[in-house]
Amino acid sequence: MNTILSVKNLKKYFPIKREGKFFGVKHDVLKAVDDVSFDIYEGETLGLVGESGCGKTTLGRTIMRLYDPTGGKIIFKGDDITELDQKQLHPYRKDMHMIFQDPYASLNPRMTVSEIIMESMINDTALSASQRKEKVLELLDLVGLNSDHATRFPHEFSGGQRQRVGIARSLAANPKFIVCDEPISALDVSIQAQVVNLLKDLQKRLGLTYLFIAHDLSMVQYISDRVGVMYLGRMVELASSEELYKSPLHPYTTALMSAVPVPDPDKERQKRRIIVEGEVPSPINPPSGCAFNTRCPRATDKCRGVAPSFTEVTPNHFVACHLFDNEKKEEKIQ
Amino acid sequence: MNNILEVKELSTSFFTKFGEIKAVDKISFTLEEGEVIAIVGESGSGKSVASMSIMGLVDTGGKIVNGQILFNGKDVVGLKEKEMEKIRGSEISMIFQDPMTCLNPVFTIGSQMEESLKLHFKEMTKAQRHEKIINMLDMVGIANPEQRAKQYPHELSGGMRQRVMIAMSLLCNPKLLIADEPTTALDVTIQAQIIDLMRNIKEEFNTAIILITHDLGVVASIADKVMVMYCGEVVESAEVRKLYYESKHPYTWGLLKALPRLDMKDNELQPIPGSTPDLLLEHEGCNFFERCEYAMECCRKAKPPVFEAGEAHKVKCWRYHPDFKEDI
Ligand SMILES: Nc1ncnc2c1ncn2[C@@H]1O[C@H](COP(=O)(O)OP(=O)(O)O)[C@@H](O)[C@H]1O
Ligand SMILES: Nc1ncnc2c1ncn2[C@@H]1O[C@H](COP(=O)(O)OP(=O)(O)O)[C@@H](O)[C@H]1O
Ligand SMILES: [Mg+2]
Ligand SMILES: [Mg+2]
Repeated sequence: MNTILSVKNLKKYFPIKREGKFFGVKHDVLKAVDDVSFDIYEGETLGLVGESGCGKTTLGRTIMRLYDPTGGKIIFKGDDITELDQKQLHPYRKDMHMIFQDPYASLNPRMTVSEIIMESMINDTALSASQRKEKVLELLDLVGLNSDHATRFPHEFSGGQRQRVGIARSLAANPKFIVCDEPISALDVSIQAQVVNLLKDLQKRLGLTYLFIAHDLSMVQYISDRVGVMYLGRMVELASSEELYKSPLHPYTTALMSAVPVPDPDKERQKRRIIVEGEVPSPINPPSGCAFNTRCPRATDKCRGVAPSFTEVTPNHFVACHLFDNEKKEEKIQ
Repeated sequence: MNNILEVKELSTSFFTKFGEIKAVDKISFTLEEGEVIAIVGESGSGKSVASMSIMGLVDTGGKIVNGQILFNGKDVVGLKEKEMEKIRGSEISMIFQDPMTCLNPVFTIGSQMEESLKLHFKEMTKAQRHEKIINMLDMVGIANPEQRAKQYPHELSGGMRQRVMIAMSLLCNPKLLIADEPTTALDVTIQAQIIDLMRNIKEEFNTAIILITHDLGVVASIADKVMVMYCGEVVESAEVRKLYYESKHPYTWGLLKALPRLDMKDNELQPIPGSTPDLLLEHEGCNFFERCEYAMECCRKAKPPVFEAGEAHKVKCWRYHPDFKEDI
């Protein structure tokens, strides 16, 4: 398996200004992404889940270098792109794209679909005007729209169709790697399946690699080969999607899974629910030690004092939780 | 058991400059005390308009054009606004996806709750009101209710505001609670807390609940019966187990097959092709015709009536006509 992207101890902190009670403005830091490490392999889909505000979007945007990282490294196809300026990033932009949640907001309302898609080909100087036109039609066909749609404007489309336009635009530059940030969250269930199956199909045909961000665990599980779970800016567990469902290790993952209602009345009514109390604490002053300790049913003094490290507990299954410290030690001794 | 609500052939339309939009088209159902009915369907299918019609709060431009809404045996359609106001907030109350639709940002939680009590229980003393407010906040799982009552809505998190809104809606012991997508904007862990709370409310107060959602997982976890809406019509209705295990309408099948499931690996998602038709265009046949893989010639020509597909199981689809044979 080739690694297409490697993220090492990545941090993105936002400075927050706050009116102090006595001494004017105070400066806090909000640790939106804190010390996150993982690899993405060529041709796979890595899913990213977690409650809103846990840093999924920030992580995606930092990887795309839409934000400057506060610390850590981003290695794309073997090249360290962490410190590159926008001009130096230029050759990489072609290979990395992002699809957003709200297809409407990300499409220029005054441009036709054809113009929107062509805009992504601007840097491809090798293409002639007629080749561009032809490519637009090919792309529309690829995403399940037709040539009639090329001359229409975004407002003339339904939500699902707009997302298809967004995907066609992303594909226009022949990217290798696409960050999909909640691409289906705004769509109806029946349409979600259309878009997800389209993404899967395109991946097979074009060999794409996805970072698929969503808060819908069942959808992420469905589309992803591996899934990472985030909590308050940190990655707390990472495993193959099957393994994560069968044997989740982190108490947060277990709780998250148990909270997802399945469309089966008998199963739902027999289910032993683990309801996590309370809500996600503020990322400005996160709890010391393990950030989940305030809501964790199994937290100990150690969890309140020391942050657990993100370690491979069984092959390809990573977790940041003190419950597995023993297993981690054995690993090291072997 | 007592039927608390009987809706008979209710139709609500909007009259726009482009024509009539039949947002709710002849829907009928009954609801008993302590029963939870879920209304599911894609956006635009008429779920909210149906519930607003029951509340007597249809947007301007819209009107109930047909049918009856019997609440405790009494028709509330066409009731004077004064009388409806009395029923709203005491006997029927409603919660929304966005709690800020019913919370006033400039008043504290406590004072808003107190206003509502003053309006509906004139004989209550200040001390009694206070006690009731604190009890209710406690009941919906708000820690430090005394302190929270003094706070403003913006000082609370989304999940907490949802709880406050639920507390407010329960203040006057309503017989019927209408919840329009109450968990759609919440994270799953908070959603699980709120569903748990709704389950307790149903059990503790015997409140009947109309739960509007597009999430078939949520429905499975709490509903007693289910109505599936499409383009303003109820295309299938049944007791919850029947709806999931013996569903009859191709649209219901479509919804269930389009869902990814955490409890089943490798179920291929089968999207429903196309999208919902424009309600402004009058269709001769079944509204689902264009997206239906089982459509027949008759489906294009005529609207299917309601067929009985079993006990308390109704379906609007020509496949259930007594003369229908599978292989024509
Ligand atoms: N540009 C920004 N400035 C300040 N804080 C931000 C900014 N973007 C995101 N945040 C904060 O960072 C945290 C993570 O946000 P985000 O990455 O959007 O989470 P998610 O996508 O998982 O919902 C949140 O607390 C959010 O308020
Ligand atoms: N104020 C309004 N004016 C015109 N049409 C409306 C109005 N409110 C709702 N509608 C129409 O009624 C239909 C049903 O809407 P709604 O009940 O909100 O759907 P749902 O809640 O199922 O998403 C939609 O087609 C919508 O466009
Ligand atoms: Mg986000
Ligand atoms: Mg609605």
